[in-house]
Amino acid sequence: MWDFPLLPDQASVNAPKLDALMLFELGVVVFFTLMIGLLVLAFCVRFRRGNPVDRSHPPTHSKAMEVVWIGVPLILSLIMFVWSTRLFFDLYEAPPDAAQIDVVGKQWMWYLQHPQGRSETNELHVPLGRPMKLNMTSQDVLHSFYIPAFRIKQDVLPGRYTSLWFEPTKVGVYNLFCAEYCGTNHSVMIGKVHVMEPADYEHWLTEKGSGPSQAEEGERLFVQNHCAGCHRGSQIVHAPRLEGVYGKPVPIQNGNNVEFATADYLYIRDSILDPKKQVVAGYEPIMPSFKDQISEPDLLKIIEYIKSISNANATPETAQ
Amino acid sequence: MSASAQAHHDGPPADYLSESTVKSWLLTTDHKRVGILYLISVTIFFIAGGVLAGLMRLELMTPRGDVLGSPDTYNRMFTMHGVIMIFFFLVPAIPSVLGNFLLPLMIGARDLAFPKINLLSWYVYMVGGIMGVWILMHGGIDTGWTFYTPFSSMYSNSMVLTAAVAVFITGFSSILTGLNFIVTVHTMRAPGMTWFRMPLFVWSHYATALIMVLATPVLAISIVLVGLEKFFGVGVFDPRLGGDPVLFQHLFWFYSHPAVYIMVLPGFAVISEIIPCFARRPIFGYRFVAFASVAIAIFGFLVWGHHMFVSGQSMYAGAVFSILSFLVAIPSAIKVFNWTATLYKGSLSFDTPMLYALGFMGLFTIGGLTGLMLASLALDVHVHDTYFVVAHFHYIMVGGTVMAYLGGIHFWWPKISGRTYPEIWGKLSALLVFVGFNLTFFPQFLLGYLGMPRRYFEYRPEFQVLNVMSTAGATVLAVGMLMPMIYLGLSLRQPKNAGDNPWGATGLEWQIESPPTTHNFHEPVLVTCEPYLYSPEEAEREYAHAQHVHSA
Ligand code: HEM
Ligand SMILES: [Cu+2]
Repeated sequence: MWDFPLLPDQASVNAPKLDALMLFELGVVVFFTLMIGLLVLAFCVRFRRGNPVDRSHPPTHSKAMEVVWIGVPLILSLIMFVWSTRLFFDLYEAPPDAAQIDVVGKQWMWYLQHPQGRSETNELHVPLGRPMKLNMTSQDVLHSFYIPAFRIKQDVLPGRYTSLWFEPTKVGVYNLFCAEYCGTNHSVMIGKVHVMEPADYEHWLTEKGSGPSQAEEGERLFVQNHCAGCHRGSQIVHAPRLEGVYGKPVPIQNGNNVEFATADYLYIRDSILDPKKQVVAGYEPIMPSFKDQISEPDLLKIIEYIKSISNANATPETAQ
Repeated sequence: MSASAQAHHDGPPADYLSESTVKSWLLTTDHKRVGILYLISVTIFFIAGGVLAGLMRLELMTPRGDVLGSPDTYNRMFTMHGVIMIFFFLVPAIPSVLGNFLLPLMIGARDLAFPKINLLSWYVYMVGGIMGVWILMHGGIDTGWTFYTPFSSMYSNSMVLTAAVAVFITGFSSILTGLNFIVTVHTMRAPGMTWFRMPLFVWSHYATALIMVLATPVLAISIVLVGLEKFFGVGVFDPRLGGDPVLFQHLFWFYSHPAVYIMVLPGFAVISEIIPCFARRPIFGYRFVAFASVAIAIFGFLVWGHHMFVSGQSMYAGAVFSILSFLVAIPSAIKVFNWTATLYKGSLSFDTPMLYALGFMGLFTIGGLTGLMLASLALDVHVHDTYFVVAHFHYIMVGGTVMAYLGGIHFWWPKISGRTYPEIWGKLSALLVFVGFNLTFFPQFLLGYLGMPRRYFEYRPEFQVLNVMSTAGATVLAVGMLMPMIYLGLSLRQPKNAGDNPWGATGLEWQIESPPTTHNFHEPVLVTCEPYLYSPEEAEREYAHAQHVHSA
């Protein structure tokens, strides 16, 4: 019973950096707490009523001292601010080679989707030593994706995509929690993160036979939901081609003006669920809304498909 | 009516407690009686919130949810615990009980500027409070006291809206109290009571009142918007209706962060009175302490975003809120350092109020300093919404505000009731509260850093030891907090034996009878000197003399 840990596992590149900052701040906190505590105790003993000590001319104010005790905390604060803000910005800037995992939170489970096609719930398998980027959204209320051993956390919001990245450094099994209160079973919306040797991970990915990848699944959905009917091939319907669109600025008709929007995750999601909101310049607003017809995980697959054809610039169709 | 006016001219004026009919209490416009009405009501709410806390800690003794049985029960409990403690206890406690009672006395006024509005604010508060209790008895709400959308507006099937209305109504009580204080401080000060002759208690309450008046309407607006969304499907917060869930958080914290200062500034007010009195020293750096209150009130409006570092707001907004949060820590630090310096070369005695004040300093220091970790973006990412935060805010709210409140009640009890209480029990309660508090909440810092999220009904078995420690501490804490209710209650059966100024304090309130008469002062007050004109040497001389007499 008594062998409980005092520090959580350090299992990501971020963890030791964060713990170092924590140690520094802990030092500051302990120092000031002890300083105040010991001063108060010392004064209480020395200046207790009846103790014969010199009490003449007690100071009533001192600009110099006020300046010191405004200045020192200010400087320490600035150090903490700069240090922690740099770590924080790192946390949101994934290395370009990071592999992407899609995450969907819903009451009360985590749905996780690997790019190669395998998906899982409440279990997340990741390879050791490879940066992984999380691309997250929620199907209902707010959730928060939290892996203490990696020292990362990010709220997961309905109708928005948030992201975060990590690089595991220690093989093992770690807790995955939901940290934003989300209703009845909030406390059991938990899972396990399995950090595996890269070879084991590759094996795990194909364990159930290599199924279709995210993008391939997305293409299937693209056809199945009749997106392809307008956006691909047919010359009769007037709809923009989607090859090469991902990540590019798209001209949007806004009254008489044309504005540009970047075709990112959110843009594509909005275009599917609420197509009248942003109409590409030169096209009629004829696309139907797919609201309540395509689930969040499927939306992610379709986006993945559109992303996968973004490098297809060379094809004659889009080169036009 | 004429009878009591008669009594005034004949015999010695009766004290404010002497008329005892229920009607005389419910229709009173005497600020002191309104203070007592609040005292009784916040105590009842505090007990209710405390019982819920006890049940929650009982549940958390084991990792499985096997005590209360259902997660919904637990979720409703922590919500009601939070709502009651914040809106029905902490926000009104010090300003409405001690502030109401003392503010006019301290500035030499006959009453607050608007006595009838003062009574009205109590009624408004009670309407909100009774609705709150009604909700509790009819199933409760399960959103947490933060009411985050879209859970609260679209998914929770509980009485969110009734609760929101209860909080909304209570908010008006806060606004009324705030307005009353501001006008009183501006217009009712006795001749000679300049701004820099005001006790720091008045300064802090003035700053608090500013926040109450400026921030509370935003809470009201947010609640109205949640209602519109729930009933009319106006898309403000729910993305399915084209709204933005993070917007709610902005609005909510725009009120609730300043509200944290509504809760803690009055605590500073009390401590700034107690420490000089028992140290027999003028407060060190009076002007810095006074301005620090105002600085906190102003900065308090600029840091709401630090509750949202991982909410999906922009990273740059995060950075701005982070630096501002560090800055708001500075005025709090000024206060702590100045209180400490006030002890230097004092003549310290350790009566119950002083023990509470010293306990406050320790706990508030820890609570405040751990706030630096939460203001640090990268660290907050890890500890946000974990037990680290639960520990931090209990250190501030219970360790800070509740300790100050209890200290203040003990300090002014002789003035309020005319009675003394047994010192030995008082000291024991202060000790138990301090020890029990640390045992309860210190392990939670560790739990949080280990990664236990808050609002968890069940948890991983590795977190159990620390949770058991915390529950054990809560038992000690509960005993410590119950004791004053008992011995202070019993003291009311004694004769009025306190004397006008049992602590030898300097404030105007100590220069009139205990308990004060209905009209506070018999003749016009003229203030000719600074507050806190204590002398440690004189205290020593008196002490030596008393010893001498005693041993002779
Ligand atoms: C007397 C001892 C107390 C104990 C043992 C206690 C215990 C707890 C516990 C177990 C929680 C739930 C934490 C979570 O799961 O997130 C909680 C939350 C809370 N407590 Fe206390 N508490 C105590 C006193 C107080 C007091 C005096 C106040 C304020 C005056 C207070 C204010 C709060 C608030 C605002 C919350 C957050 C509620 C929420 O998550 O919605 N507590 N407390
Ligand atoms: Cu969740």
